[in-house]
Amino acid sequence: MLTRRIIPCLDVKDNRVVKGINFLNLRDAGDPVELGARYSDMGADELVFLDITATIRSRKTIVELVEKVAENVFIPFTVGGGIQTVEQIDELLRSGAEKVSVNTAAVANPELLSESAQRFGNQCVVLAIDARRSKEKPGKWQVCIKAGSEPTDIDVVEWAAKGEELGAGEILLTSMDADGTKAGYDNELNKAVTDAVNIPVIASGGAGTLEHLYDAIVDGGADAVLMASITHFGNYTIRNIKEYLREKDIAVNL
Amino acid sequence: MIVVIDYNVGNVKSVCNAFRHIGCDVELSCAPEAVENATGIVLPGVAAFGYAVSALGALAEQIKEVALRGKPLLGICVGYQMLFDTSSEYGQHNGLGLIEGSVVPIPAGRVIPHMGWNLVKLPEDMELLAGIGSEKHFYFAHSFYAETSDRHAKVAYTDYGFNMPASVQKMNIYGTQFHPEKSGEAGLKILQNFYDICKREALTC
Repeated sequence: MLTRRIIPCLDVKDNRVVKGINFLNLRDAGDPVELGARYSDMGADELVFLDITATIRSRKTIVELVEKVAENVFIPFTVGGGIQTVEQIDELLRSGAEKVSVNTAAVANPELLSESAQRFGNQCVVLAIDARRSKEKPGKWQVCIKAGSEPTDIDVVEWAAKGEELGAGEILLTSMDADGTKAGYDNELNKAVTDAVNIPVIASGGAGTLEHLYDAIVDGGADAVLMASITHFGNYTIRNIKEYLREKDIAVNL
Repeated sequence: MIVVIDYNVGNVKSVCNAFRHIGCDVELSCAPEAVENATGIVLPGVAAFGYAVSALGALAEQIKEVALRGKPLLGICVGYQMLFDTSSEYGQHNGLGLIEGSVVPIPAGRVIPHMGWNLVKLPEDMELLAGIGSEKHFYFAHSFYAETSDRHAKVAYTDYGFNMPASVQKMNIYGTQFHPEKSGEAGLKILQNFYDICKREALTC
């Protein structure tokens, strides 16, 4: 039976892992390669590295980071942040990333998803969606781009389904309302998206307790749960998380 | 020296990194002499099947030929799928035809791609999977799988709502649908097993 994945997320800025509250107020959490290797040793199923600066200068740094991680970590990892072209995806995959996530560039140019899927296979292509609850349309979420700074008129559920159709192999769904709050995932959002697509969905944003992770899987239907603060700062270990979920009859790799 | 075939698809570096980590000499190459002189060949693969086959080009025939002569060959993910006769991913494509069978879509009615860690039952008589116990989780990421009809092939299965082949072995030809280079310690043990097989074969040749 396929297990639910526990995925620590490492937001990287200037070669350091940082974690903000609601995408702001960055706080230092350590060296990305070291932290990645530690998570691998602790039993994480996968890692996500997000380059949150995503400038031309940081692009070279992120390729070097991917190379270093790949030399030291023997579990899959996804890299994302500011990726715009098939060539950049190719470079990151060749450097050792298992998957690449695209966000803003896919909104601007949806063919990026189909071209990448046909070349690399859809299992490499992760569509990252930053979702914000719509003030105008209750019960709907709008897609935000440019690291969450720019809301669009695109509906999250429709965009997720469109992304799947174009060739995305997975959706990394971040609730901007919940992110960094430690108040729980937005499981209405997770449920709306997992019901609308057939590809795996990684729930992200809001993990504060072990119950939150369980709820994202059971209520939200998430195939995987992403977390940062609760594991970076030592509140819980990966083992704590997996033992808790296993006791509640969720299949985990333990 | 184990040669990992470099044919312009993703993830080749991860495979090399994992072999180096276990202390194995490995070379990333697409040179015919390297393939000829290698103690073993690894055909990695993160790509769509059609793209991978055309990227492999003329090397396909050589790999097939050295494998039929008995050189150990390990296919991983799409590299594993290419060991079979055909695939229907984005059109109809021919594989190397080393193992009878076809690569077909995972049946609808479940989340696809099959992505993540799934439990593989490890048969005792499959040398590649030895020394890990009777079952273990490995990392998968694929939407197609190989259905084999080859009665000379040994098969290890995983459960994804149906019995899905996860690894095959036919004489000196080995393959894993999952990624041993991304499956932590158990995955590294599989690469170690392949390395040991190559060393042994090199001595007896």
